Amino acid sequence: MPIDKTYLGIFLSLLGAIWLRLFAWPPLLLPFNPDWVLLVIIYWCLAAPDRFGIGLAWLIGLLVDATTGRLLGQHAFIYALIAYPCVRFHTRLRIFPLNHQLTFVLLFLLLAQFLTFWIEALRGKTLLTWEYWLPSLTGTLAWPFVLAVCRTLRQRYLTLP
Amino acid sequence: MSSGKPIFTRGPSLNLRLGLSLLTASALMVADHLHRIDELRSALGVAVYPVQWLVHAPQELGAQLRSRLITWNQLLEENRKLKEEVARLKRHTLKYEALKKENDRLRAFLDNSFTLGEQMLVAELLAVNLAPYEHVVLINKGSRFGVHVGQPVLSVDGVVGQVIRVTPINAEVLLITDPNHAIPVQVNRTGLRAIAVGSGQLDRVEVSNLPNNVDVKPGDLLVSSGLGGVFPQGYPVATVMEVSPQPDKPFAQIIAKPVAALDRIREVLITFGHTEPVPFISQETAPAAQNITADAHR
Repeated sequence: MPIDKTYLGIFLSLLGAIWLRLFAWPPLLLPFNPDWVLLVIIYWCLAAPDRFGIGLAWLIGLLVDATTGRLLGQHAFIYALIAYPCVRFHTRLRIFPLNHQLTFVLLFLLLAQFLTFWIEALRGKTLLTWEYWLPSLTGTLAWPFVLAVCRTLRQRYLTLP
Repeated sequence: MSSGKPIFTRGPSLNLRLGLSLLTASALMVADHLHRIDELRSALGVAVYPVQWLVHAPQELGAQLRSRLITWNQLLEENRKLKEEVARLKRHTLKYEALKKENDRLRAFLDNSFTLGEQMLVAELLAVNLAPYEHVVLINKGSRFGVHVGQPVLSVDGVVGQVIRVTPINAEVLLITDPNHAIPVQVNRTGLRAIAVGSGQLDRVEVSNLPNNVDVKPGDLLVSSGLGGVFPQGYPVATVMEVSPQPDKPFAQIIAKPVAALDRIREVLITFGHTEPVPFISQETAPAAQNITADAHR
C-alpha cells in the first residue's frame, strides 16, 4: 500500500496556517488577522472528507489551544463542531459557486467567533467591540486564496488509487 | 477526488464522532478551568514550542540582518546618544545610595519594611501573537528558571504585566493594557491611590472610580502602589494623558499611557522577591489598610 501523500499536503497547509495565525503582525493589522487554521480545516473537510474529519479537526484544535494559551478544548470544540457540517454536506458545498461558498464560510467563521466569545464570556472575559468580528470578514475574503493554495498542495501530493 | 469510493466504511458514524468530540472537548474545558490538568497543559505547551519558535525565528533573523546592515554613522549616532543617557543616569544615581539609606531609616520609624532592589531575570519576548483580542505575550523563560504564576514583569521603563501561565520553557505574560487586567497605582505627585484598568488598546489604560473633583492632572505619573501584593511598590506604570470630568456620572474619565512601550519591547525583566503590600499607615492604628486588594486577572 502506497503512503498517502495527501496527509503531507494537509500537514504543510496546516503548518502554514498556524504560522500565519501566530505571526506577530503589526498592531495595526492585528485585528484583521483571520483564523487561518479554521479556513484550512474547512478546505480539507470539503476536499478530502475520507481522510480529514471531525477527529483530526478536534486534535488540531487542541494543539491550537495549547499554542495560543486558550482554555484547553476551546478550539477543539469549535473546530469539531464546524467540521461536522463541512463533512456532512461536502458534496453540496464543494460544487457551490464561489459566492455561495463564501456565504457559508462567513457563516462558519461567525459561528466560530460567536462560540469563542461565548466560551470566554462564561469565564468572565467580556469585551465586545465591533472590531472583534473583523477576522470573520477578512477570513471570508481570504477564502479564495486558501482554496487556491490548498488545491495546489492537494494536486501536488495526490495519491493515485 | 474519487466520489464513487465509499467513504466512512470504518469507524463510528459521523454523529457519534461529533458527539464524542464535543463531549471530550467540554470535559477538557471544565477540567482546565478548574486547574485539574495543569500537567497536561504544561506538557502540551512544551510539545508545541517548536511551532512557536518556528514563527519567532524568521522574524528574529530579519531583525538581526537589519542590525547588521546598520551604517557607521548610525552606530556613531547611537553611541553618542547612549553616552548621553549614561551620563544622565549617573547623575540621577549619585545620591541614590544616600537617599535609600535615609528612606530605610525613616521607614524604620514607621514600623514597616520596604526594600528596593529585587532580583531580576531578563527574558526575551517571542514574536508570537496569541489571541488578537487579548494582550498576552510569550517570553522565553519558564519554570526551569524559577518563573512562576503571578510574578510581576517589568521593562526598563516601567511595569509591563504579570505572568499568568508557565511551562518549563516559556511563560505567558498578561499586559497591563489587557481589558481583564487591573493594577493598583498611586499618583506620584499626591499619593492618591487608584486602580488602573486595561483598555484593550496597547497605548492606554483607564483609571477608574475616581470622583469628578479629583486632583489628577495630565502629565501626572502613576506608580505601582504595592497594594494587592503582586506588583512591587514604586515602579512607574503610566502617565496621565487626559482627565475629563463627567458631570452626569459619578466618576471622572481618566486616561493614561503606559510608560513601557508595550508594542515595541523586546526584553523584559521578571522580578523575584518580596512583593508584600506595604502599609502606608502602621498596622496598629489601621488594621484595615491591608484589605484593599485589587490585583485581578481572571
